Amino acid sequence: MQMQAQARPPLLPLHLERVSFVVGGRRIIDAIDLRLDAGVRTVVIGPNGAGKSVLLRLCHGLLRPTSGVVRWNAPEVPGAPRRQAMVFQRPMMLRRTVLANLLYALDVNGVPHGERELRAYEYLRRVGLDAFAHRPARVLSGGEQQRLALARAWALAPEVLFLDEPTASLDPGATHEIEAIVQAMHEAGTKIVMVTHNLGQSRRLGDEILFIHRGRVAERAPADTFFRQPASPEAARFIQGELPW
Amino acid sequence: MGPTTGGEPVNDLSAAFAEALALVSTGNAELVHIVLLSVAVSVSAVAIGAALGLPLGAALAVSRFPGRKSLIVVLNALLGLPSVVVGLVVYLLLSRAGPLGPLGILFTPPAMVVAQMVLVVPIVAALTRQAAEDAWSEYREQLQSLGVRGFRAALTLLYDLRFSLVTILLAAFGRAIAEVGAVMIVGGNIDGVTRVMTTAIALETSKGDLPLALGLGMVLLVIVLILNSTAYVFKETAQRRFG
Repeated sequence: MQMQAQARPPLLPLHLERVSFVVGGRRIIDAIDLRLDAGVRTVVIGPNGAGKSVLLRLCHGLLRPTSGVVRWNAPEVPGAPRRQAMVFQRPMMLRRTVLANLLYALDVNGVPHGERELRAYEYLRRVGLDAFAHRPARVLSGGEQQRLALARAWALAPEVLFLDEPTASLDPGATHEIEAIVQAMHEAGTKIVMVTHNLGQSRRLGDEILFIHRGRVAERAPADTFFRQPASPEAARFIQGELPW
Repeated sequence: MGPTTGGEPVNDLSAAFAEALALVSTGNAELVHIVLLSVAVSVSAVAIGAALGLPLGAALAVSRFPGRKSLIVVLNALLGLPSVVVGLVVYLLLSRAGPLGPLGILFTPPAMVVAQMVLVVPIVAALTRQAAEDAWSEYREQLQSLGVRGFRAALTLLYDLRFSLVTILLAAFGRAIAEVGAVMIVGGNIDGVTRVMTTAIALETSKGDLPLALGLGMVLLVIVLILNSTAYVFKETAQRRFG
């Protein structure tokens, strides 16, 4: 289902070059150099206020860096369909039905009218919400809304999916469902970049760990290496729960 | 109109009240005409005011440009615009020597629509701006992430706020239909032509014809009451259904 991606150069890799983000004199992100490649699932972890969410927003283009450059292999054209998507901690649903929320996303991303409904149902089915198609989206439970947010992102066939603590306010059952969908998207070829506060989740879903501390990439390693033998003392203390979450 | 005979003030009042009730319940032709004209003028004013005020408010909520804050302050200040001042300005614009004089609409219902529209636009725009901006802080990131921008974002916001907008439009209608100063000046309160509920109440009261004034007052109160309860019930129901 990763349609029409073959014809054009891939969006990835993503390069961050000396990217900083400063608010009111505070350096939230401090001169980060980073390259993100397709394929591997990147999980971003770190203590509270380390700058994880801001880093994600800088990558996705929701924030502009104060200095430095965010450079995609093939930059997106403003106004053209998006090739990356983001799922937030609290999903924002329009005051419409579940189906209409999906149709809206397909519409603004240039999917022809005749294809929208079929595609919307296809992705609702994938996240197990097809029976809810005609319910108002805002009355769904938190877990259902987050699945809908994933369906909305997935239906756009993004090359990259950013997730900002998508399960932070969900119970274990709902969390498990979200993780299964993220895994399916990964298997369908979408690059996963996820911020999480859940160490178990980062072990389950991460191929590589990006450990952020005080606005810098303190450590980057394959997940099993990171959890077995963290190279930095901060990462070691973080894993043992000694650094604030 | 049946003038009340002399007597004690209390009897006067109760007699006037009884007569007013009779006027309303029998559907007195003059009263009905005045009520219908009032509603037609105010509905037109709110329709045009909404067409201008809704996009203006939404655009102000989602855009960032130099001078935006000052514009918002001015808009909020215009909420308290005295209707007689609006009447005066519209009068000057529409009078024979004024820039819009050639239209020849002074002392006609269209002039009253223009005056009420001027009163209503700031209400619609300012309240819409406030509602849309509150929602925008919640919607902004997701819409940006989906690639929604500019005009499309404003439209999306307006559509999602549709239940709140009904309340705003009803507030605007309430202001328009209850207003007296502006329509008095630009309409002239001409019997059978530009006489609306508020101007009729003002005139009949000063003439001492209390039954018609009271009857119109009752109708006006009932209209405003019905509007507000409709708005309340509508919004409650919609919010329960759509979250």
